[in-house]
Order: sequence, then structure tokens, then C-alpha cells
Amino acid sequence: MAKVKKIVKSITIDADKCNGCKACEVICSSWHATPRYSSNNPARSRIRIVRLPLRDIYLPVYAGEYTESECTGRDKYIIDGKEYNECDFCRASCPSRDLFKEPDSGLPLKCDMCEETPALAQPKCVEWCHAEALIYVEREEEVEEDEQPKLGDIEIGLGSMIDKYGLQQVLDTVARMAKP
Amino acid sequence: MRYGEIGFDLEVNLSRGSIDRVETDPNDTKLYLGGLGTNAKIMWDRVPAETDAFSEDNLLIFSSGLLCGTAAPGSNRTIVSTISPQTKLMAYSMMGGFFAPELKYAGYDKVIISGKSEELVYLWIHNDKVEIRDASHLKGMGATATSEAIRTELKDPDIQVAAIGLAGENRVFYASIEQGRSSASRGGIGAVMGDKGLKAIAVRGTKDINVADPAKYMELCDDVLKYIKFRGENPIKGVPPILQGLGSPQEMAIVDEEWHTTNFTWGNSRTRRKDFWTHEIEQKWKQTQENVRTRLISCHNCPMKCGATISVPGLPTYMMKCYSKLTYTMAAFSDLDFGFRIAQKATEYGVDGFSAPQAMAFGLELLEAGILTLEDFPGMPEDTEGRFFYLLDKIVRREGIGDYLADGTYWAARRIGKGAEKFDHNTIKKHEQLPLKLGMLNPVYYLMYSTGEKINITQIEGQFPQEPFATRELREEFVKDWFQVPDEKFKKYYADWEPRGEMSNPYYPTPQMASEIVDWMEKMHYIDDALGMCAGLSSFPLKPPYHIHNYPEFVTAATGIKMTKDDVWKSATRTRTLMRALNVRRGMRRTDDKPPEDHWRKRFPDLEKELLDNYYKLKGFNDQGIPTKESLEDLEMGFVAEEFEQKGIYSNG
Ligand code: SF4
Ligand code: SF4
Ligand code: SF4
Ligand code: SF4
Repeated sequence: MAKVKKIVKSITIDADKCNGCKACEVICSSWHATPRYSSNNPARSRIRIVRLPLRDIYLPVYAGEYTESECTGRDKYIIDGKEYNECDFCRASCPSRDLFKEPDSGLPLKCDMCEETPALAQPKCVEWCHAEALIYVEREEEVEEDEQPKLGDIEIGLGSMIDKYGLQQVLDTVARMAKP
Repeated sequence: MRYGEIGFDLEVNLSRGSIDRVETDPNDTKLYLGGLGTNAKIMWDRVPAETDAFSEDNLLIFSSGLLCGTAAPGSNRTIVSTISPQTKLMAYSMMGGFFAPELKYAGYDKVIISGKSEELVYLWIHNDKVEIRDASHLKGMGATATSEAIRTELKDPDIQVAAIGLAGENRVFYASIEQGRSSASRGGIGAVMGDKGLKAIAVRGTKDINVADPAKYMELCDDVLKYIKFRGENPIKGVPPILQGLGSPQEMAIVDEEWHTTNFTWGNSRTRRKDFWTHEIEQKWKQTQENVRTRLISCHNCPMKCGATISVPGLPTYMMKCYSKLTYTMAAFSDLDFGFRIAQKATEYGVDGFSAPQAMAFGLELLEAGILTLEDFPGMPEDTEGRFFYLLDKIVRREGIGDYLADGTYWAARRIGKGAEKFDHNTIKKHEQLPLKLGMLNPVYYLMYSTGEKINITQIEGQFPQEPFATRELREEFVKDWFQVPDEKFKKYYADWEPRGEMSNPYYPTPQMASEIVDWMEKMHYIDDALGMCAGLSSFPLKPPYHIHNYPEFVTAATGIKMTKDDVWKSATRTRTLMRALNVRRGMRRTDDKPPEDHWRKRFPDLEKELLDNYYKLKGFNDQGIPTKESLEDLEMGFVAEEFEQKGIYSNG
């Protein structure tokens, strides 16, 4: 496979600086609303804060891949005397929890780095985080050429429905709904 | 569909155990905006004048504001309204944090509690699912501990909880409602919650809040964020550190307490210690604060960090903001370490950080004066700090002398008698005030102390500097980029104000100007309280990001209801007038409109009369402080005038 240069976008999370304001959740969900900014609902955000003030836990987590099944034997971490669950750090839209799922349909959510043409100078959540807990980093990397076309939102969603209900049932439902 | 607001309230009657989701009238939004405005309307319509605070008929309203839960930074206030057991007037206390946005995410603008439950219960609101649940296992539990217990029981750390502690359960007249890093403390609303048998409200929501003009709305929000950044980089020069920036006074970040400790009074609001603040104390207090402060924290969707998590070694962690770190310290003539330790208990018990320390210092003063004796304090330790802990326990349990002090200094003094009344010297309308005693009367502050319906100076002051800068040059510099003024004339009022001489306190600003300045300041608070905006980004600090010029645009873009500056201004006038009407209906009159007797050493009876007359006139009140029929009709509140006429309120004065 051919190697190509590609800009990789990532965010460095300085959890020590997070103060739990949820501004990132607000702006992410507003940005992704249709029409844009027409509503706010942190439950639809692709970044969520694990916020446990009495234990001084503030952990911004980005939505990543959808997963079909939860892990078994999840570990606990103790960092600086604070106990975390493995899931606290996990980006997955996973059956073990409500996080990173559309609240009404249950379809998985994934951070798309606010992909937009023309590109934004920085993702919205980074812009709205005045505490500088979220730092946008762009770097160039050599990667193998992407042969698989990127999955769109609908495909990711359908994939998860198929995992949940089976292909046939989804097909039947689509056929039924398509009838005038 | 409704925009900005949800358009539905949750009605819960605890006597009947009924729960209803009720659609609200969009016309009320036009007239009163929301939050405190619509709360006042509900209180007027549904709570008759004779209703006692501890009656089944009293309502306890938890309201969000019109902009809460939208993307507008800092729009997170919960406005709690009810009849106060202490003042017997309408109380409306606010809290920041995360409760109001969550309530709207769950699909409600307000929760309106009526009736009383015989057993202790809590309310669990999860979107459309609402339950009244048994709380007998939470009886006597601290407010913070209760919130944690409910989150654990319902297995969701993102649930927001507003809870009372023991003080609320035992109906202490200054019991607070605590909610994470925030609390609604003033006016004893926690006592009403306790009387209703309601230990807590827990809420979790995952629904949308819509705005009518998304692109415009976001442009406005972005401008506010930019200006907040600008103000962070450009603090106001020439004022004490805690007044330089935005937000609540930055008590958690700042350790320089010279201003509070030398200007405010110690003990039962008696003693000024002008030489208190030394380098040594600064070093010691800095160490104390940095040792216990784990992290600075925000409210929902706000870039400021006015609160902090506090972990005193050996005590459970709690959250704090603002001035309560000093109120106990100063009432007990103690130090900051004591302040942080007793505030932990006080937060769990759920008491107001202004009233509680004063009631305790008042009790100890009566002991010193021989009006009370040691027999009234069985088992009390010798040291002052130990005595404060002892009294706090007695008060929240209403045991012995604690039962007297639990009603606050006004009622306690009258019940104790024997000259105790003289020691209740820092209340207005039966409510404890900031511990502050000054020399020369300031006409603007005279009006705010006397007439504020909130009965709390910090909830009416702001925007206009407390004092004139030393030179005209500095004042002119200050007004240069002061675009927040509703009218250019305020710049001149300020530039002309001198620290000494003819153009200084108490005769300048003139009564007319002073009334106009107060009108502006209090209007901004009324708008904030209707929109659910934090005063720390609007009505309280100098040069805030929200003001009368961008608010109408925010309201219009959020709701789709076209509102001009005049409309928003008028709506604030309407709510201000209705608040006055509510209290007039409950018996408040001109004689009640006064500051604490000894707040200023130098008083000017003729000038004070002129000030009040001018203010009343500007507000459309008669000389008894009662809104006139004409002004009420002009504000589309003829129904108030009708009731006043029926009850003979105009004729009997
Ligand atoms: S905006 Fe920043 S500080 Fe606020 S919750 Fe998100 S990551 Fe934390
Ligand atoms: S959330 Fe992540 S870590 Fe937890 S079970 Fe799911 S995939 Fe595993
Ligand atoms: S980068 Fe964009 S899509 Fe991803 S969490 Fe932040 S705002 Fe949401
Ligand atoms: S300014 Fe301070 S008190 Fe106000 S909302 Fe922001 S963090 Fe909370």
C-alpha cells in the first residue's frame, strides 16, 4: 500500500486544568444541531466530562468508535490517590453505558473534529474552553493510503442497528418505512 | 414550539402526592420574561396575602431563567421563591451551579411545590418520569452527603441535586438550600422546604433547548466570550483586587483580604479593625487557603471560576464560593483556618453564611452583657471557636438557646427581651445584613439598602462604582470605554462625583441622580433574575459583558419574541413593581424602607426623606411606597390596583 502524508488532528487534554464547566459539551452539541446552533443538549455532545467534584475528578473524554460489546474484566486505576474506572477513560459508544449515544434513537455519536469546509482554525470545544484544558494539536504523519472509504454518520448508525437487531430486521423496517 | 424557554412547568402537590406537567402562557414571557418575573406573577395569583410561610398554601418555586441551558455563558441561575418565615415577605434567593440548566434539559422551566408531605420525601425528575420518593433514610443527613447518597442510589453521577441539611429540616429561619458548589441562602427558604417535608430535588435531563435565531444567538454568545477574555486581561485599575475582574468577588482565588478584613466589621457587626491586615497574616492566610483549596471550579457553561473544592485535613470535602470563608472568621474574631473548618459543618447543616455567624455572635454578646447567663448555655466550651461550633449545633437542632437564635437576631431579641432588642442592630426588615458600619452617608447606597426588595445589598448594587476615584482625570479615564451605561448622562454623574467638597456624599449625587443610578442598577439585577444570568457577568461587577444593549438581542434571538431595549426595561420595571406590590399586600410600608440604624455614623433625616420621595416618584410609587394605580395600569397590571382598592390599601395607607 502506498504511503501518503496526512495531517493528523488531535487534542491534548490537560485534565488538571479542567474546572467542570461543561462549556465544551454545550458548544459541541450546539455545533452539531440541525440547523447549526439551533439547540443545545449536552447529552448529544461528542465530548463529555466525567465530573466528580468531591473526589476532584474532572476528565474530558472524546467520543470514539462504536463498539458492539462491552469489555469483560474491567480494571480500576488509582492515580494521585483517586480511583477511576477503566470506562472513565474510554472513548467508546458502548452497550455498558448511555454515554455517546443520541438520547432518543440510541445511535452512536463520534467526535468528527468539527470537520468543515473551509476548515475551522480549531475545533469548537477547544475554542470554548477558556481554562485551556483542551489544546488542539496538528501534526503531519506518514500513513498508509486510506483504501476504505470513510464511513459516514448514517453508515455508522446503520452498522450499530444491524449489530443490535440483525440485518434482516433492519431491512424489513426500512422497507416498511419506505412505503408511502 | 417555544424557544429559549420550555413552556412547561412541573406542579407538585405534596399533600395530595400529585404531579402535573402544565403548559404556561407565552404572553407571560412577553410581560415578565421568566425566572423571578414569572415567579412573582405566580406568587401574586396563587399565594393570598395572609398566607404564613409554614402554611400548606405557601408555594416553593424552583425556577430556571429564560436563557438557562442555552449556549449563553453564565446562564445557569436557579431562582427560588417563597414566603420567608423570617421577613414574612416574599423571599427570592438564587443559586448558580448546574441545577437550572439540568431542569430545562429535563423539560421544565419551573418546579412549583405546594402542600406538605407528612413523611420526609425527595423529588426525582428524570425527563418525563417524575417520582416522589421516600427520604426517611436521609433524615438528619448533611446537604452535601444527601446529594451524594441520592446520586449513588439512582446510579448516575450527572444528576443535579438541591438539598437541605438539618437546619432546613428543623425550620431554622435562615436555613439554605445547597446544591454542589452553590446555595440559595437568603430569606430562610430552606426552612420552607423542610416544612414541606421535602429533603431534596434531584434532576437529570437529556432533552434539547431550542433557540429561535441560531446564527445570531451564537454570534452574541461569541462576543460575550471575547469580552470576558478581554476583561480578564484588562482588570479595572484603582479598585481593590476583588472588584477588578468579573464573576463573584474572587474569594477563592484571591488571598489579599485587606479590603474585607479592615472595612467590614467583626463580632456581631461591631468592631472595625483598620490595622488588622499585616504581612504576617497575609502569609499565614495564604498558606491556609492554598493548603485546603483543591481546585477552582465553575458553574454550568461559564469560563469564570468563582468556586473551589475545599478539603480541610480530617474533614469531608465540600465546595465553597465567595465571602462565607470570612463571615464566621470575623464574627468569632478568629482566623481563616477556623473559617474553613466551621464552614464545612455549616454547609452540611445548610445555613446562610451571612445570618448564622451574626446570630451566634449576637448570642455571645448577650451573654457578655449579662442579658443571658451561662445557664442558658449548658456545657458550652470556654474558647470562642468552641463556642461557635457549640452554638451552630444548638441552632440547627433548635435546642435550648439555639431555638431562639434559630429565628435570627430580630425575633430572638424580641423573644429574649430584657433590652436584647438593642443588640439587634444590623437587620433590615428583620433580616441580617452584611457586617458593615461606615461614616458618611452615601445617597445611592442609602436608597439601595432602604428599598431593595431582596433585602440584601449585593443583590442590588453593581455597575456604578461604590466610590469616586480620587481625581477627575481618573474618573474621565474610567468612563471612556463605559459602553454599558443605559444613558450617557451616567458618565457625567460619575465624572463629576468628588471624594470631598460640594460635589461629594451625601449631597452629590443629588436625590434625582441617585434615584436614576439605583434604578439602573436594580433593573439590571431584575433582568438577570428573569433570564437566569449570573450577576457576576452582568449586574454585579464593573463593566460586565451583559448589559442593557445586548440583552434585548439575546432575548429576541433566543425566544423569537421581538424585544427592544424599552421592552426589556419595561419588563424589569413590571417585575420590580410587582415585587413591591406583593410585599405591600403583606403589609410593608414606607416605615420599613430604612437601612440598619447605625449603618452610617452621620445621618441626614431631611436629605433621606428627599431621597426616598424622589425614588418613589421615579418608580411610580406613592409617598407610602405603594405603586400607584396609574403606574400599575401603565404596566398592564391593573389587577394589582384593583385588589389594592378592594382591600383599601390606598385609603388606609
Ligand atoms: S470547557 Fe474545558 S474546563 Fe470546561 S468542562 Fe470542558 S474541558 Fe473542562
Ligand atoms: S466503555 Fe469502554 S472500557 Fe467500558 S466496557 Fe465499554 S468498551 Fe470497555
Ligand atoms: S472536536 Fe468538535 S466534534 Fe469533537 S468533541 Fe470537540 S466540538 Fe465536538
Ligand atoms: S461568574 Fe462565577 S458564579 Fe457566575 S456563573 Fe460564572 S463561575 Fe458561577
